[in-house]
Amino acid sequence: MSFPITLTVNGTARSIVLEDARVTLLDLLRERLDLTGAKKGCDRGQCGACTILIDGVRVNSCLALAVSHDGAAITTIEGLAQNEALHPVQAAFLEHDGFQCGFCTPGQILSAVGLIQEGQTGGDPERVREGMSGNLCRCGAYAGITQAVLMAHAQMTGPDVLPGRQIAEDAA
Amino acid sequence: MKAFDYLRPSSIAEAVAAAGRPGAAYLAAGTNLVDLMKGGVTRPDTLVDITRLPGLDRIERRANGTTRIGALVRNATLAHDPVIARRYPALAEALLSGASGQLRNAATTAGNVLQRTRCAYFTDTASACNKRDPGTGCDAQGGVTRAHAVLGWSQHCIATHPSDFCVPLAALDAVVEIEGPAGPRSVPLDAFHRLPGDHPERETVLEPGDLVVAVTLPAEAETFAGHSRYLKVRERTSYAFAVVSAAVGLRLDGDRIAEGRIALGSVALKPWRAREAEHLLAGAAPTPEIFARAAEAALADAKPSGDNAYKIELARRIVVRALTLAVAGTPDRVPALPASPFATPSAGVSAHA
Repeated sequence: MSFPITLTVNGTARSIVLEDARVTLLDLLRERLDLTGAKKGCDRGQCGACTILIDGVRVNSCLALAVSHDGAAITTIEGLAQNEALHPVQAAFLEHDGFQCGFCTPGQILSAVGLIQEGQTGGDPERVREGMSGNLCRCGAYAGITQAVLMAHAQMTGPDVLPGRQIAEDAA
Repeated sequence: MKAFDYLRPSSIAEAVAAAGRPGAAYLAAGTNLVDLMKGGVTRPDTLVDITRLPGLDRIERRANGTTRIGALVRNATLAHDPVIARRYPALAEALLSGASGQLRNAATTAGNVLQRTRCAYFTDTASACNKRDPGTGCDAQGGVTRAHAVLGWSQHCIATHPSDFCVPLAALDAVVEIEGPAGPRSVPLDAFHRLPGDHPERETVLEPGDLVVAVTLPAEAETFAGHSRYLKVRERTSYAFAVVSAAVGLRLDGDRIAEGRIALGSVALKPWRAREAEHLLAGAAPTPEIFARAAEAALADAKPSGDNAYKIELARRIVVRALTLAVAGTPDRVPALPASPFATPSAGVSAHA
């Protein structure tokens, strides 16, 4: 049994025939599409190294069956920079030494992009740390990672807005 | 992972028919199922993908005051929905205290309710487990049992149910809506999960082909919004399952408690509603003494299943702490560290009162 699917990967439409329904998005990206930025750390949804954006939302690609995501738009680390211009989160990771060995970095960066778009942290370092807890870093670069996410958040969102305030006003 | 057939039905009726066959399993996000399949713990012959079924991804506020949460609503979407956050704040706090940002973005309402135990002997296929392979025994007993059940366990299984979300759902009298071969039916969440007894492999009341289509909160669930908390003790403050958790809600009438709700998490193979404790709260003044008595009552039947007697005292204390924080008022916003007993409640007047 084969399963034809289409995906938009980093802006490019791709038609793929899966010969086996077991293929995860992570394995599809790495083994079929030569996009090895997303890393296979634990392969069980525990480390976050495989984080990608599906339709703009951060998820663990190791637990996502490719066949079930027919039609989705995928963003990987390879698709973030615009030509030579780094994405603000990439630039912030360089600025703040948000990595050492680099293995977890693509997942950290995609997770940070997703977290900032979710709009729940404001400029609160505690909320950033909590929001990034699904990405493990064995080198322990967490302090730099938090600083990098805060810097990128400020650049991408402008003045701090707390979503909770809006909810409180609605209730009043 | 064992090979499987993949089906993508376009209607609920088609899905129910396909999943009624032996060896079939429903697939939503797969955050739990695919993990278990990779480990060989679950070995379905067919996956019935329900992610394209229409109408299951909505949160509906109904005229009769109930709120219906579709089976495919993602955990993160639900937690950040303004209606949910304002009317059922303990539900939002429980959801945000579970898993990671990535997993909450994928995991669904029904998938959370149906998630499997995290007992290490269940997930280790080299260990005997009556839940995974009925009749083979339980290697957890006599093993590493710090996290295991202290209520409702049997000689055949001492595992716990891992969901945070289900704990406030139980406290708020949520109802599970099911479509099945025999038509639709509704089951209170408190009666949805089974205790292990002699058949730990039967985890819920679902029959083959049954599909959870929604979880509904009754109208009175929002009357606890002003004084609700979910507290969760974990071995690290984020991205960890509960050792013990508690969801509480109080409806105050002047200086008395008109009604109180208490449910405990990670103490049994189902979210544990503490009705005797609730009876003690009704009509009482919210004092440390009555909270201590309620906590005693909630754990009156508890007994260790191994090296976990500490969980009984821990559960009592987390009930008292949760009730104490609930009286002070629900925070305006879920704290930065959701459900942490170490986070201080925000100052000021509750937005939920």
